[in-house]
Amino acid sequence: MSEIKLKDNIFTISTSPHIRAESSISKIMWTVSIALTPAALFAIYHFGISALIILLAGSLSAVGFEYIVQKLRKKPITITDGSAFLTGLLLAMCLPPAIPAYMAIIGSFIAIVIAKHSMGGLGYNIFNPAHIGRAALMVSWPVAMTTWTNLSGKVDAVASATPLNILKQQGYSKLIDTFGGAPQMYKEMFIGVRNGSIGETSTILLLLGGIYLIYKGYANWVVPVFMIGTVGILTWVCGPTGLFSGDPLFHIMAGGLIIGAFFMATDMVTIPITKKGQIIFAIGAGALTVLIRLKGGYPEGVCYSILLMNAVSPLIDRVIKPVKFGARG
Amino acid sequence: MIKSFRGGIHPTGNKSYTASKPIEIALLPSKVVIPVSQHIGAPCLPIVAKGDLVKKGQVIATSAAFVSSPTHASISGTVIDIAQYPHPVFGKCLSIVIQNDGLDEWTDGIPLVRDYEKLNDDEIKNIIKEAGIVGMGGATFPTHVKLSPPKEKKIDLFILNAAECEPFLTADDRMMLEYSERIVTGVKIVMKVLGVNKAYVGIEDNKPDAVSVMQKAFEGTGVEVKAIPTKYPQGAEKMLIKVLAGREVPSGSLPMDVGVVVQNVGTVVAICDAVVNGIPLIQRVTTISGSAVKEPKNLLLRIGTTFEDAIENCGGFVESPAKIIMGGPMMGFAQSNLGVSIIKGVSGILGLTKKDINNGMESPCIRCGKCLTVCPCGLNPSMLSILGERDMYEEAKLEQNLFDCAECGSCVYVCPAKRNIVQYIRYSKMKNNADAAKKKEALAK
Repeated sequence: MSEIKLKDNIFTISTSPHIRAESSISKIMWTVSIALTPAALFAIYHFGISALIILLAGSLSAVGFEYIVQKLRKKPITITDGSAFLTGLLLAMCLPPAIPAYMAIIGSFIAIVIAKHSMGGLGYNIFNPAHIGRAALMVSWPVAMTTWTNLSGKVDAVASATPLNILKQQGYSKLIDTFGGAPQMYKEMFIGVRNGSIGETSTILLLLGGIYLIYKGYANWVVPVFMIGTVGILTWVCGPTGLFSGDPLFHIMAGGLIIGAFFMATDMVTIPITKKGQIIFAIGAGALTVLIRLKGGYPEGVCYSILLMNAVSPLIDRVIKPVKFGARG
Repeated sequence: MIKSFRGGIHPTGNKSYTASKPIEIALLPSKVVIPVSQHIGAPCLPIVAKGDLVKKGQVIATSAAFVSSPTHASISGTVIDIAQYPHPVFGKCLSIVIQNDGLDEWTDGIPLVRDYEKLNDDEIKNIIKEAGIVGMGGATFPTHVKLSPPKEKKIDLFILNAAECEPFLTADDRMMLEYSERIVTGVKIVMKVLGVNKAYVGIEDNKPDAVSVMQKAFEGTGVEVKAIPTKYPQGAEKMLIKVLAGREVPSGSLPMDVGVVVQNVGTVVAICDAVVNGIPLIQRVTTISGSAVKEPKNLLLRIGTTFEDAIENCGGFVESPAKIIMGGPMMGFAQSNLGVSIIKGVSGILGLTKKDINNGMESPCIRCGKCLTVCPCGLNPSMLSILGERDMYEEAKLEQNLFDCAECGSCVYVCPAKRNIVQYIRYSKMKNNADAAKKKEALAK
């Protein structure tokens, strides 16, 4: 009938719809990794070659572990979808720069094999795998996980402790002193010239990455805004010298809040699926962070607060459901 | 500023293939295959026999049921077979095959000319029923039933659904440009039958020419032509009513429960033809498109023309299509072969290539939540798909509003995990319906 010979009229049969948008899991995962790149590059510049080694050890071993698990489980190999790489990268970015590389690899093992694949693999894990990896290392090697690089050209106090450590152990005025004044402190924390985990220090570069993700539609603005906002408001209200005497700006830029709020608390798999549920999640994670920072034994609480909220996410999804069309009159 | 409905998507329009191509009268096929069931409701029974001579417009199958619609010969010629033939929706259906005698003769008494103002409402409804008119947007619900709401339902608004939100399709768009007078007459007839004096024409703003032509055509009639922001599934009745009238049809109810009746562009054209000229529904405008089709066109086709003959009118294929779709790409039906025929609800025939389809490997849900954002029905498609996958269809019905899903496919379109969400939902609905039928049967015993 026409120039094209049809092979016995064999056509694909399936239910509608018959067209799909250009989006895929691997596109999402690799885009998130790209969004993390500026902060990772800054970390290598700031902390030196040891940071690069840990970033590589974490991300590449995560991919390796995913390959091994999928091979053993006789499942399709999906290491190119970028999800394992992203988990390893996020884990490495949450580790201190002085940690031995083998610990990063063990962290990746726990993240990929235990937190992700023992739950059923991509999409089925309840907890953020990178944070599970970090938490496991924290309880296994507490000293290594809290030993910070000696930054050259800095006074001793700044060099060997994170700002949150100084706040916890020596108080707010000592913290300001070590930076040489509040404006100087804000500036250095904004740029990222401070001690801390590899990828958490540069507020500006993490913000850029996060905003890029929101712009691409791969992350929700709701979660970071509500989580950071909650931390800001609560730390301001519950200040060291009475109500409204806190320093919200410091707390927002300190520790792992920015990377946690933009890259961990937005992990689609482990947070509630509705916007309302995500707001509850974000406020809960922010409040728990403040509770741990101000009242707990640890100087920082972003990792644990997100994990705790991961645990209640299925419950939130059971309670908070979308309102169906025609139900509001 | 018109407030849009919640959710929805913006798929690539792909309307430029045919948007500027005037409606072309297709060559008469050598034979037509006319299924006795082309509508929702009771199927018809053939009233002709093999070997009979039939003329264009002659009733060849009918039913005594109220929710049904008769079928007419679309060409003149000889009935050469009455048997099961491929059907674009049901798979197979009893069909009447007519061999074209090339004369294209009308049956006695048509066409005629009459003044609809002089007919009473029941006469008009009867003409519409006898002309075999059904919803031509694809739903194929008998039009006379839709125009006969129960007494207690007060209808105060008529909406002409000219959204044409499905990608590729341009048949309604072209009809608005070329058949504007018949559309105006058709709308007036429907308004008279319904006894309403308020009507809207809802056209998506990606059809600016149609908007201005319609605005001009409806000038002074009191009918408001509204350009509405383009978004799929705008053409779903409930969405269109929400956007144009601000009324939300309650879950499980019909448009008439909020006082609205909606008809499609093709349907009002058919109503005009039937009431004013006595012409039954024997032809329709269909868009033949898709990147596999050599020369995409808008064709005026006789009912019963096979897809093969229709595509032949467009020069055949330039490459082997991966899928043949009846209707639009979002809600249409995939066809297994080109032997199926044009029925009253075929708004388009698409030859889609692998690239058009953009299918991928299905993977587990990563709970990105995109489907919740786009669902116009306010459901959790992610959860529905997971429940369907695990055969938990009862929970889907009881806890996730399974039966509120309109199967528009927006969730599948955006899903990065390429999940076949609508398929799981249809499966769950089917299982629930089967269970309900079983229960009913057990009670009857």
